[in-house]
Amino acid sequence: MSIRNIVALAFFGVVALFLIFGALMTHPFGEFDEDNTPEMDQYIIDNTQSETGADNGVTAVVFDYRGFDTLGEATVLFTAVAGVIILFRRLKK
Amino acid sequence: MSGMSRIVKTMASITFPLTMIYGLYIIAHGHLTSGGGFQGGAVVASSCALILVAYGSVWTMGKIKEKSLSVFESLGAIGFIGLAFFGLIFGANYFFNNFLLKQDIIPFFNAVGTGASNINTAGIIPLMNFAVGLKVIVGLFTIVLVMAYATTKLKGEK
Repeated sequence: MSIRNIVALAFFGVVALFLIFGALMTHPFGEFDEDNTPEMDQYIIDNTQSETGADNGVTAVVFDYRGFDTLGEATVLFTAVAGVIILFRRLKK
Repeated sequence: MSGMSRIVKTMASITFPLTMIYGLYIIAHGHLTSGGGFQGGAVVASSCALILVAYGSVWTMGKIKEKSLSVFESLGAIGFIGLAFFGLIFGANYFFNNFLLKQDIIPFFNAVGTGASNINTAGIIPLMNFAVGLKVIVGLFTIVLVMAYATTKLKGEK
């Protein structure tokens, strides 16, 4: 067994260990844990409808509470379009 | 001769309006049900990509003006930024202010949501959904169209 394979096996073992322990230590599904729940989550669940008027909480977060994030995403899309058009500009017509 | 067989073309023509209506529904109901501007825009852009695959990129390029693609994309971006900046003028002075909500001067999207069927709610969120949806539709479709057209030109087939 070469050095390369040993290193790869050791790396694989460490990653697998992290994944297994991470899966075992996650919060159990469906149980409400008062101590480990951030206040932000509960605030958004409680106040989204009265503050933004939207029934869909995810859209309210994306377009109202975190509007700057959506602005960045739109900019990323614009950059992608501009990059593709610049790449293929010479082949036009 | 571009595009695929007659069967594929017919099926694409039948499926295209249904997919497009579904995507536009997702955009229009973004503040009520799951989805929003990005997701609905991706659905509509994929329906346009279906037409592109069925009919070929040269035919599609002949049907579409590049000017209109540019105008619609810019309209989406300017609408989004403009709605964000309008918040600085009305009401409390901060960016992305939801100025249409809870006022009686402009009778437009000003109610607070009470059920999943009440579309006249949520202030500027539906308008922003439309702007982002327009931008995503035109942006994704432009990417697919330009890349397909370029590969056709590179291969040298008409």
